This record gives sequence, structure tokens and C-alpha cells, in this order.
Amino acid sequence: MNIAVLMRPVPDPVEELEISPDGADLDRDYLGYVVNEFDEHALEEGLLIKEQVGGTITVLAPGSADEIDDILYTALAKGADRAVKLGTDVGPLSAHALARLFTDALSDIDFDLVLTGVQAADELDGQVSVLVASMLRLPHISVVTATEPIAAGVRVTKEFWAGITADYEVTLPAVLGVQAARQAPRYVAISRIRQAQQGEGLVEADAVPPERGSVRITAVRLPEAEDGAEMLGGDAEAAAERIIEILRAAGVVQGG
Amino acid sequence: MTDINPKVDPSQVLEIEQITLEGMDISGHWNRMFEQRVIFDYDLTTMDRIIDLPGGESFGWCYQCSQCIAVCPVDHVGSYGPRKLYRDVQVGANLFDHPDLWLCTTCANCLRVCPKEVNMLEIMPAVRAEAVLAGDVPAELQDVFEKTARYGNPLGQNPKRRMAWTRGLDVEVPVIADLGRKVDVLWWVSDYPSYHPRGIEASKSLARILHHLEVDFAVLGAEERHDGDSMLRAGEQGLFEMLAEQNIAALNTYEFDVLLTTDPHAYNAFLHEYPQRGGSYPVVHYTQFLADKIEAMGLSEDLGSKITFHDPCYLGRHNGEYEAPRDLIRALPGTEFVEMWRIRENGYCCGGGGGGMWLDGHAAGHQRMRLSEKRVLEAVESGADTLCVACPYEVSRFEDAVKSTNNDGRLAVLDIAELLASAMGLPTG
Repeated sequence: MNIAVLMRPVPDPVEELEISPDGADLDRDYLGYVVNEFDEHALEEGLLIKEQVGGTITVLAPGSADEIDDILYTALAKGADRAVKLGTDVGPLSAHALARLFTDALSDIDFDLVLTGVQAADELDGQVSVLVASMLRLPHISVVTATEPIAAGVRVTKEFWAGITADYEVTLPAVLGVQAARQAPRYVAISRIRQAQQGEGLVEADAVPPERGSVRITAVRLPEAEDGAEMLGGDAEAAAERIIEILRAAGVVQGG
Repeated sequence: MTDINPKVDPSQVLEIEQITLEGMDISGHWNRMFEQRVIFDYDLTTMDRIIDLPGGESFGWCYQCSQCIAVCPVDHVGSYGPRKLYRDVQVGANLFDHPDLWLCTTCANCLRVCPKEVNMLEIMPAVRAEAVLAGDVPAELQDVFEKTARYGNPLGQNPKRRMAWTRGLDVEVPVIADLGRKVDVLWWVSDYPSYHPRGIEASKSLARILHHLEVDFAVLGAEERHDGDSMLRAGEQGLFEMLAEQNIAALNTYEFDVLLTTDPHAYNAFLHEYPQRGGSYPVVHYTQFLADKIEAMGLSEDLGSKITFHDPCYLGRHNGEYEAPRDLIRALPGTEFVEMWRIRENGYCCGGGGGGMWLDGHAAGHQRMRLSEKRVLEAVESGADTLCVACPYEVSRFEDAVKSTNNDGRLAVLDIAELLASAMGLPTG
């Protein structure tokens, strides 16, 4: 099975995040990036499928920051066959714009299955996978927590709420938004990443910065600190009594 | 039981029905041993694989005398040790994918007593390196590897904030790049002293002491990265090589007379690992540096405490320095110095070496208590009210252990720099 994994960088919260002067974005001049955690799970699921039935994995990631190279070399070291850097200074992209960028890039790639993270730290509404699927006119399932290759395509476990999951069978080609891989993303030794850096697995593709899309961010704000928090000091017993008092006042606990 | 070449052919054995010697029946029929016994019928695939690794050959030299078990700090809180490991591998354990692989703290006490020089300091990293390449790494250690690769420190802190600990400090800590000149002393601060709240307190004390002594010093600041020594022992050789390259490139940019390290693990790396990679520097641990300056420190304040000292494995056993920290402690006014029962060459390990610093969760499933807890109990037993340390891995490990062994308030854990600063009348914290 030939798999395309769409990965994207997100701002690294280890850095001090600051709001840009225009108030509508993070200040990207001083931003570092890490790979979107959900995309790491998408890659892991892809690697597991490849181990089961063979095939190839192509990883695509947009952007020009150094971190993109790290993300792609790490993917190659883990077992991806080809990595495509969509080398354009994309800046902040809406889900629509990002989906368009990925969809255009996928036109040059032979795939049976597209995997990407169901959401990202800077895109919690989780639209990218479903938009890519609709642009490609392919079947789509999101919040995927496991896959299993079958003769007809892929059997997919999708997570709902309250612990409910449902299994689907999807014909290929298809697009999946991955919530979590069957196992935690694997570790790859630094020496393997450095080997990948010496290899020729990474190619750069020209990508045209797409239209910004329909959603425009008008303002970004820090969470506002509010009062009302009560710090419980003293010994454990006193704190426990106070907790019960509060719960009782809130009507959560009744009786003596 | 099969395929055994008979060394004794029973048909060739002459057995006399009955012999009586000096009134004692010594006939062979009831005590004869002329039959085939299996003494070697093992699958040695794993053993051979270990022995074939560079650094792994001495594993095969073990003749199971068990001297290592008596001194292994892990065996004192569980069931583990080089000899036991050898036996387990002999009877089929696959060490390459085995929980015991991650228990060794590379404390070096086994090697000290081993008559065959079975060198776990080389064997464990070699086997771990194979496990790392295969991706078989405990999750908590994997997280630390990834953070260290990305941020240059195992805490996953922002590398740009490496100097944040100096904010508001009453003395200046210059960055060598800003000074733009040679300094006498380049201070290798290390990660926990730069980022961990308790490590920072010790760093502030050391900075004040250096100022008081009018030492011409500077630090690398954001250019400093984890020294890599513990990553090497934990099996991430590629990560160590990357860090060493980055650190050597930074260090070779500047001129200094001596490299002063807070961390014995960094000290060890600069002594034994960096030189063959193009990074040769005169290096000194801060206890050694200060032990030469006891007079000039003007230690005058009575501390009124009873102090015991924990030898860091990588300062003591690995590099033979036992006296410098003791000279400093003995010079502290108004203090009594008491030793624990396992000290110097036989010092107990805090559990932080060889990657153990980041494997407490894994180790918890295989040990009755943490090594740091065992050590804290020994410190309490010594009658001391203060446990003095000289390795930045230890303050947080031992402070946690003081709490978890219900000794809160009975034992203070202080870096030697903090004690010295107090005795010099300098601010602490």
C-alpha cells in the first residue's frame, strides 16, 4: 500500500509565545516549531501498515524553517521512503489554505491512502483532513485510533464520545484523520537521523503559497487571569474538610 | 541432554565390586560418578551477540564469583547485578529487550571488585546502543532523548533561557561571547544548575563564591548544551556524538585557561570522551577548584550542623577524587563531619547515573525502593542533619527521597557550594 502522510509544524510552546504587533497572530519572528503531535501518530500508523503489507511512505510537510528538515529527516529515519518539503514561506495558513497546499502537492504523488493528524495545536477544529478529502473527492474518516489493512481496503476504528468506537471498512484511495496510532510513536536513534541527513530521501518541491482561505483570524489574546481561585493551605485534614465544604456548597455532595 | 560427546566411555571403566580400606567401604557402586552429566547445554545466541559487540567482549569473562553482587547498589534494593545478568543471559534471557537492561547506573563499583575485569561500563552502553537503534527504549528515557536532541538539555527547557537563572542575581555572570576576550576560568554550568530550582540555588552560591574569590570567569550561556555523558551511558551514542560536536565547536571558539565543571558527569566527559573528538581542555571540578582556595574563602560563620557527604560516582570511583570535597567540609566552621558506612571507593550510588536520572518510573517496577531513598536512610542513620552533595543530579533526587522516606525536617540536602556560601556569610538562594 502506498501511503502519503501529511505533516505540519506547529509553534513550540517551549518558546515564550508572544503576540505579533498587529494582534492577529503569534510573533513568528521569534518562534520555534515542532512537529504536530497528531501527525507523528499518523506517521506511526503508516509505518505499522507498511510493516504489515509493504508499500511506500511519502511524507509531505510545508514551510521553510529549519525545523521542517528535522521533521522530514526524522520521518525518513523512522522508515518513510521519500520526504517532500513544500518549500514555501507559508506563514500562518488557514485550514483551507493548508488543505489546498497539500492537495496540490498530492497530485504528483502515487498514493492509496492519505494519513494526517486529526487536528493540531493551532488548528483544534480539525478541518485539514476532511478538506483534503473533499478537494480530492475521496472517502474520509477522522478521529481514527487504529487501522487494519484488508483485501477491500482498510478497516478503520473511529473514536466517538464516552468510550464508544465504531469500525468502518473503507475502499481506497481514502483520507484518514488520525487521533492516535495503535502504539506510541517509535523512537529513532539520532545516528539514524544523521544517516538520513546524508541520504537523498528529502526532495524540495516548489509550492505556491495559496490563498488565505475563507477564515481570517482578527485577534489573538492571552488567556485572561481571573480571580476566584482559592488556594487550600494547611494540613491535609484541614484541606480535605474545606474541599468537602466547597463541594457541599456547590451541591455536589449531600448529607453529612 | 543430546549431542554430548562422552568424555568417559563407561565400558572402559573398571569397577571393582567391593573395596574396603582401613575398615571403610569405599566401593564405587554407591558413590560412583561415571555417568554423563550435562554441564553446558545452553542457547548462547544472546551471549555471543553481546560478546561480539565492541565493548561487550568482557561479558564472557564472568566466572560467577558474585563479588559484584555484594557491591551492586541496585541489588541492595532489588535482585540484579552483573553476575545475575550473566546467568540470566546464559539460560536464555534476551538482554537486548529486557527490563534489566535499564537498571545499571554505571556506578563502577562492580568493576572495582571484579577479578576478571568484566566491564559493565562498556557492556551496558554497548547493549543499550543496540536497543536504542531498534527503538526499544523505555518511554520516559525516549522522552528525555528527544528533548535533549531538540533543546540541548534533558529537562526540555528553552535553550535561549539558559541564562535565566542569573536574573536578579546580586553578582554578575558574564557570557564569554559578550566579553570578547580570554578568561581564566570558563564555568561549565550544566543543565540542572541552570534550570532546576534547587540546582539554580547552588549555582547562585557558586557564582557568589567565584566573585568573592575575584576569579576572572565567564560562562558559555546559550551556546552550552548537555555534556552528553549520561546519554552515552544510556546507549544514545549518536546523540552523544552530536552534543560533543556542538559543544566542542562552541568551546574551541573561545580562549580560557581552565574549564570549571559543576557536574561530575561533564567532568568525566571532558576528561575521557571529548579529547579524542578534538576537545582537549584543562578541566577541574568545582570542589577541586575551591579546595585550593580554602584560606581565601574566609569561612567564618558557624553553621552548627552535623554533615555527612555523598561521594558522586563520577567524581569518586570514576575519577579518583575523594579528598577535595572532604577538605572543604572539614573547613566549614562550627560543623561536625560524620561519614556514612559506604563511602569513597565503596560509595553508594544515588541512582542517577547511566540514564537512571530519567528511569525512576521504569526502575520502580524492579526495585523495592529507589537508590536515593536507600542512601538517604543511610545518611539519617549516620546521625547527620545535613547531607552534603557535589553533583547536580543529587539535590533533587535526595530531597525527594527525604520526603518519601518520611524524613522531612530531619535531613537537609545541600550542595557543597551552598554550605560554603553560608559559611562565607554570602547570601544563599
